[in-house]
Amino acid sequence: MSTIEHHGTYQPTTGLGKWMDARLPLPRLMYDSFVAYPVPRNLNYAYTFGGMLSIMLVLQILTGVVLAMHYNGSTAGAFTSVEHIMRDVNNGWLLRYMHANGASFFFAAVFLHIFRGMYYGSYKEPRELLWILGCIIFLLMMATAFMGYVLPWGQMSFWGATVITGFFTAFPVVGEPIQQLLLGGFAVDNPTLNRFFSLHYLLPFMIAGVVVLHVWALHVTGQTNPTGVEIKSKTDSVPFTPFATIKDAFALIVFFLFFAYFVFYMPNFLGHADNYIEANSLVTPAYIVPEWYFLPFYAILRAVTFDIGPLTSKLLGVLAMFGSIAVLFVMPWLDTSKVRSAVYRPWYKVFFWIFVVNAIFLGWLGAKPAEGIYTFLAQISTLYYFGFFLVILPLLGLIETPRRVPNSITEAVLAKSSKKNGGVTQVSGATASPDNKA
Amino acid sequence: MKTMFAKISAIVVAATLGLSVAATGAFAAEYPIKKPREQDWSFAGPFGTYDKGQLQRGFKVYREVCAACHSMNRVAFRSLEDLGYSEGQIKTIASEYDITDGPNADGEMFTRPGTPADYFTGPYPNREASIAANGGAYPPDFSLLAKARAVERGFPTFVFDVFTQYAENGPDYIYSLLTGYPEDGEAPEGVEVPEGTHYNPYFIAGKSLAMAPPLSEDIISYDDGTPATVEQMSKDVTAFMMWAAEPKMEERKSLGFKVIIFLLIFAVFLYLTKKQIYAKLEH
Repeated sequence: MSTIEHHGTYQPTTGLGKWMDARLPLPRLMYDSFVAYPVPRNLNYAYTFGGMLSIMLVLQILTGVVLAMHYNGSTAGAFTSVEHIMRDVNNGWLLRYMHANGASFFFAAVFLHIFRGMYYGSYKEPRELLWILGCIIFLLMMATAFMGYVLPWGQMSFWGATVITGFFTAFPVVGEPIQQLLLGGFAVDNPTLNRFFSLHYLLPFMIAGVVVLHVWALHVTGQTNPTGVEIKSKTDSVPFTPFATIKDAFALIVFFLFFAYFVFYMPNFLGHADNYIEANSLVTPAYIVPEWYFLPFYAILRAVTFDIGPLTSKLLGVLAMFGSIAVLFVMPWLDTSKVRSAVYRPWYKVFFWIFVVNAIFLGWLGAKPAEGIYTFLAQISTLYYFGFFLVILPLLGLIETPRRVPNSITEAVLAKSSKKNGGVTQVSGATASPDNKA
Repeated sequence: MKTMFAKISAIVVAATLGLSVAATGAFAAEYPIKKPREQDWSFAGPFGTYDKGQLQRGFKVYREVCAACHSMNRVAFRSLEDLGYSEGQIKTIASEYDITDGPNADGEMFTRPGTPADYFTGPYPNREASIAANGGAYPPDFSLLAKARAVERGFPTFVFDVFTQYAENGPDYIYSLLTGYPEDGEAPEGVEVPEGTHYNPYFIAGKSLAMAPPLSEDIISYDDGTPATVEQMSKDVTAFMMWAAEPKMEERKSLGFKVIIFLLIFAVFLYLTKKQIYAKLEH
């Protein structure tokens, strides 16, 4: 296994470089982390979302900082200042649409990133902390996005904030004080907006901090890869630059194409029309719907419609919703399989894809009214969501017969290419350097 | 073992699909009763632009009909430049509005004629007054209405909308509402409508609304001689409202085209570079 210490190939050539290296070896750190750093040679495009996410975080911070220069964080001025940005600030419409759609694309990328981790077993030993740091980033993102959505002070902002902060009242004794602390009063009002603005500006920098830890942990354990087999020899890996850099760059630009399509042609498609109505505490919208990326969790919240003993359905719903995130944290210990990648786990693969479809289905249910058949479907879906983690993952590792795992990444790559070439190349030649092969 | 797993998963998937199909028909009593009718708009699609003549006609409808009840207080007179008006024309239009200003040196508020830097003033001093004057119903401000009244399209239509770039939910809704009152003004048989409201199957929040049919043939006369039918006026004022809500749309779409072309070319170059670099690895 490779660690940063093991591949210190940085050689400063300029005088300034040598001077720096003797005092603060930042160029060496950068070189070792993003140039010489060995990555598995068989990474596919599913492994490009991490890079995208860091770029999206920077983009959100940059657009956000400029937006904050024109935004007015008061109930009297917030909505008007957003319209001022849209109409009068130079390219303000672009900044705001990039920031609002950027949040959606940030979440789209993070969902794909998480699914990739689940599919290839990225959470498994020795990457438990790497995974947990990712879960913390995800939690911080959710908090940031929720508070950001309140800032335009539209109808959905106001009522979303009212509903979500209301969750805390479900907890006995401590619930109401927590809610009042969050709101800065007894209802969503000016103090709420002020503190949400402050926190919305703070949290992205906390995310950036955890991202540094996340990347650090990644560079200690090394990346997983579609085979789930660790890097064993030099032929298993390629240097980060140019191989991963160019692949990440290409994937990023393709991602930006989708992003630009929404920003410039469908900027309001992912938002809710009611947020173009200024917040009004006297008029409740017909349906209070969170942003699309919260819908699966919202569906889980509303799926619990029954009391269990002294526990009210409201409290249980809130617990189920928090539990749906919390269960991610313990995923490394729920999975009992010795095989890392779903490629070699025929049944895990099936349950994983059902999990993905189920998560999307939960999202659809979250946008539907919580009544009749929808509640029933949400209950079934919630059951599968938790069943996947709490029942299927532990049991499957014990009863599933995995397929044969290749001895090394190189062997897997050569076996694949020989299949493509009609089976001419011998798999036994796997130890040969790939550069010597025709 | 394997087949049992396969059977169970097949049953789960089939059951879920079946139930979701059943669920689609379960809540037919949602509003609006009728879906908005899709219209051809000059501003639709990737190269859509506003039709200045139409915006000017729509502005006339707004000023002479709608403005009797509806404000539009986020739009400044200066932005009327987008409609093709000259500086002088804008000054004249602005001066026709009374703006409350002050306090002056004596501490008094005073009224003065508007300037291009001012914003449209509404017919009522505040929201409460507008509600009191309209039988308890608030006549919504026009500034953002074309974006705020986007009717949900539902699954699976909203998926196709991504590909067709359908973003005219709001305008289609407003047009459908304005032209959607029954001709005789009567609700269909068996439908009870609260007193003081008017049946309209396109209304987003119920079966009837407080606003009486606002437009009737030749209620205004167009300067360019276009016949002032209800359909024509509805369409024009809707286009005007879309402009009021999204004045930077043309700028957005034209910049978007350049950005997409740039990204496409950049992506091709990156892809070719990537292929070149990885060629060293292939066997």
